[in-house]
Amino acid sequence: MTPVPALSVEGLSVEFRTRSGIVRALDNVSFAVAKGETIALVGESGSGKSVTAYAVMGILDPAGRVSAGRAMLGDLDLLSASPKALADVRGRKIAMIFQNPRTALNPIRTVGKQIADVLIRHGNISRHAAPAQAVEMLRAVGITDPSRRAKAYPFEMSGGMCQRVMIAIALAAKPSLLIADEPTTGLDVTTQAVIMDLVNDLAKELGMATIFITHDLALAGQRSARIVVMHAGHVVENAPTRELFENPRHPYTAELIAATPDAAQSLDELAAVPGMLPDLRRTDLPPCRYSERCPRKLAACAQPLPQPIPGTTHFVACWNPLPEHALSAPKVSAA
Amino acid sequence: MTALLDVADVSKVFPVGAGPGAWSRLKRRFTGGVETLPKVYAVDDVSFVIGKGETVGLVGESGCGKSTLVRALTRLIDVSDGSIKLGERELSLKAARVFARDRDRARIQMVFQDAGESVNPRFNAFAAIADPLRRLRKLRGKALTERVETVASQCGLPLQLLSRFPHQLSGGQRARVGIARAIAVTPELLVLDEPTAALDVSVQVVILQLLQRLKKELGMSYLFVSHDLSVVRLLCDRVLVMYLGKIVESGPAGEVFEHPLHPYTQALVAAVPRLDENGGERLRLSGEPRSPIDPDPNVCRFYGRCPRGTDLCKTKMPALRSFGVREEHQVACHFAEEFLPKV
Repeated sequence: MTPVPALSVEGLSVEFRTRSGIVRALDNVSFAVAKGETIALVGESGSGKSVTAYAVMGILDPAGRVSAGRAMLGDLDLLSASPKALADVRGRKIAMIFQNPRTALNPIRTVGKQIADVLIRHGNISRHAAPAQAVEMLRAVGITDPSRRAKAYPFEMSGGMCQRVMIAIALAAKPSLLIADEPTTGLDVTTQAVIMDLVNDLAKELGMATIFITHDLALAGQRSARIVVMHAGHVVENAPTRELFENPRHPYTAELIAATPDAAQSLDELAAVPGMLPDLRRTDLPPCRYSERCPRKLAACAQPLPQPIPGTTHFVACWNPLPEHALSAPKVSAA
Repeated sequence: MTALLDVADVSKVFPVGAGPGAWSRLKRRFTGGVETLPKVYAVDDVSFVIGKGETVGLVGESGCGKSTLVRALTRLIDVSDGSIKLGERELSLKAARVFARDRDRARIQMVFQDAGESVNPRFNAFAAIADPLRRLRKLRGKALTERVETVASQCGLPLQLLSRFPHQLSGGQRARVGIARAIAVTPELLVLDEPTAALDVSVQVVILQLLQRLKKELGMSYLFVSHDLSVVRLLCDRVLVMYLGKIVESGPAGEVFEHPLHPYTQALVAAVPRLDENGGERLRLSGEPRSPIDPDPNVCRFYGRCPRGTDLCKTKMPALRSFGVREEHQVACHFAEEFLPKV
């Protein structure tokens, strides 16, 4: 990890009050992303990836509450900042790309105007110059005929184009941190590749840190330098990408890799992850939320989880991790 | 292998820009009716065969006509042209509404994309699975209960979950209800429209293995629609690649993915992220697909996005040509020879 993190999340815990009890959605989540680095948050649905992003952006559901932790963006703690300070930071320093561009964009405003809104609020640009700059942004994200497209409404565009518009809005004010929450779910693989190239190129150009949230381990591996694996609101493993694939230490990470279909030669080679996510409303959750599904459970698992040691690059939240290099390197697939 | 489903020259066109309302209806009457409107060629002259016990994959990007083709095959909509034969029976002659009560309705069944949205939210799992049995097999009472419980346990759905409603079930359990409902009437052909798209990888594996086991036990044929190529590669014997209403490549799954001969398939294969690679040079498609509205019949549909495109592609639509040892690998590209593996 480089000494200057763009964002460092420390001990973040989030609870949701529901009719049937308190859901402890995040518990003591810590990770950092350095300037210019791309990291991926990976996990099954319900593992708390999106909640982490929402908490950092300060856009949690009203039922949610940050019960502990800090999220440091430079000197500013995003979790305790005033709404006014947050409003200045959001869009200018951190931006987010949402999962479904069709529902995230304003359906009754042309896309050019939506980009101009961000420029006027954050971009030190006059009201008159904004529309022209918005067209330039559309050109930068690779939309053909941008001056015509700027006058289009979201419903007139394909899913891939809407996602490009989202990216243009997110990057309008040249933020230093981008959070992309499953930016390509629901897009075709060909479009996915183009969109991810675009995000990567722009991130490199602007020296932006990127947090990339996905459930697709293969996509995360292809696009990020470091992977943070989440399970039921815990960070279970945090390691450089290559290292994680070649040397997964947490049993859950190893199971996830074994369930990913692309390296296997036949269906029988794939192994399902046994068990289900624990019910996070329970008050008697064990310290390790994976322990009830875990084949390597020990008596020691009843004590609090190990904490990350500063200076190490490979963190495993497990008392009985897999031995180093337990799995051979993933097989080279034929396809 | 004997053919189960024989699809020949099927087309489906939709008129566009008709506009609702009395005024546009009146205007159409004087301008020559629906015939004069521009048309979307959603499925254009598609032919293929599915053998008994075979699993065929259908891949392509959204908007390429996969779903329209599937809906036409399962006789949920009428085709504009062509024939669909199931065994000896010609299906395309009956209107879709009439076919819903046909004796052959049970022979083709479908598993929809997201069972959470395709199962009636007011039906519990039992009612959802029982519905086709009531309508198509006329089962009642004890026989019905028995049959529902048999298929539910075949699909690995615990019997105590049968009284639950869709929103009370997890994604994997909902997928099982969708599959149980479709196989309840023992179809010969099961059409699966992205059955695992809404699921996590860990659950996806279980559902795929379930599908493979059911196929062996019940001897069904599958038409598996997906845009996840790594899943198609594992599950399917043969694969059809569709682009803007046309089949551009077809052949044995392994061969197509290892040596794709059509530039579109090549881009598709290159775009799939894999665990064992990191960045590097990949084939990228630029631009948006051509408009499917009244396409020029003499221009290759892929022209404009194709890295290999030449003037020939602008003047002559490539036809499907056969390659490979057993002539099973078909490609619609003028330059397919260039991409053949060097022997």
